[in-house]
Amino acid sequence: MSTIELSNFDLVLAALLLVINGAISLAFGMRLEARLAIAAVRMAVQLAAVGFVLKFVFAQTSPLWTLLVAVVMVLVAGFELAQRQERRFAGWWAYGLGNATLLLVGGLATLYAVAVVIGPQPWYAPRYVLPILGMVLGNTLTSVSLALQTLTEGAERERAAIEARIALGATRFEAFAAVSRRAIRTAMMPLLNTMSVAGIVTLPGMMTGQILAGADPAEAAKYQIMIMFVLSGAAGLAALAAAYAGVLLLTDARHRLRLDRLAPAS
Amino acid sequence: MLRIDYLQVPGLPALSFEVPAHECLAVEGPSGSGKTRLLRAIADLDAAQGYVYLEAVERRELPGPEWRRRVRYASAEPAWWGAIAREHFPVSAKLDRLLSALALEPAILDRPIAELSTGERQRLGLVRAIADEPRVLLLDEPTSALDAQAAALAEELIKFQMLAGRSVILVSHDPAQIARLAHARLLLADEATRKAESAAA
Repeated sequence: MSTIELSNFDLVLAALLLVINGAISLAFGMRLEARLAIAAVRMAVQLAAVGFVLKFVFAQTSPLWTLLVAVVMVLVAGFELAQRQERRFAGWWAYGLGNATLLLVGGLATLYAVAVVIGPQPWYAPRYVLPILGMVLGNTLTSVSLALQTLTEGAERERAAIEARIALGATRFEAFAAVSRRAIRTAMMPLLNTMSVAGIVTLPGMMTGQILAGADPAEAAKYQIMIMFVLSGAAGLAALAAAYAGVLLLTDARHRLRLDRLAPAS
Repeated sequence: MLRIDYLQVPGLPALSFEVPAHECLAVEGPSGSGKTRLLRAIADLDAAQGYVYLEAVERRELPGPEWRRRVRYASAEPAWWGAIAREHFPVSAKLDRLLSALALEPAILDRPIAELSTGERQRLGLVRAIADEPRVLLLDEPTSALDAQAAALAEELIKFQMLAGRSVILVSHDPAQIARLAHARLLLADEATRKAESAAA
């Protein structure tokens, strides 16, 4: 059993659904039609381009090409992460912190999942590395973003309480204990929720893809279970790393609170 | 015992002074003249150029938390991180005695912070600052929310701390209180006055 190939006409048929949305927007003056069109075209162009890039990279099976695409993915994820923060760190750290966390945790989790757990030949086979890196980065991005958001918000709102602890002789980590714990918990919530409803409410994307591509559903489930473990592990570790680094950035070596290291609210 | 040497708090002229053990220095000046900033700099809560020595140990020779265990800043409005008062105090036999010195029942420790009055919170803040016996107390308007009776008790407690060998720097807007407690006074001019003076010179 193999995939039924989609013709371009099939894509147009699917796009009709979106066109109906546009028509409704026009009819009721919701003013969403232009944004819908732009988003749809952008999505189509992005995915088509990625398809061609991946086709090329898969054909090379070269560690350098794989690495290059992986680095671009991490950089884009890091940029996206900084865009999502309401209160960014000032200067270089706005991008540095997110990129470092994503690179470190995302990279290690992907390497572990591919090289140790799956074990393809060669171990850097882009067909395995890049999609898994993509999924890991997507989830890590959400978790790091939530962790940093909760941490910076908490530091500002609870500034007086944090400084009270510091004045009483607490170290920066003791002073931030409650805030950083909350940041990590918040960051873990989406994956905890996803794990508890996986397969019951939603069929995860990768499993759906494999089933559509003709894989045995039991095998697809095994892959999905493996991926869920890797994603949750990576997201948790990334939240931990981001919260830890975030506390270091929001304080200095003398354990003073340094909210001045956040860029002014825009 | 506490020696400030050419401490440059942002917005203030460089300051040098000493507060011997058993003594209290009162810092006076209009609002916005930098009294709180000075206390925060001495506790190393804010960065400042210059030197602060406690018994010949400069603040940077100790880790920040170590320094603040000895040189304690107590804010006029103490902040609380837990829901119940007791979460903010070390387990100490002396706690009950400190509380009763300020006419507080030991049972107050089991009450939610949010249900306490401003005056109760200020007294608890003073107890919290003193409970682990720091060497220097930097008290920022410690009785601003207290009635005369409670303020008198707080002053007795501060005097007792001086008897025990501690140095105190007191920020207060009450001249009578300063007369009762302080051995020396430091007057901070507000920025406008200072600018006028430097222009005249």
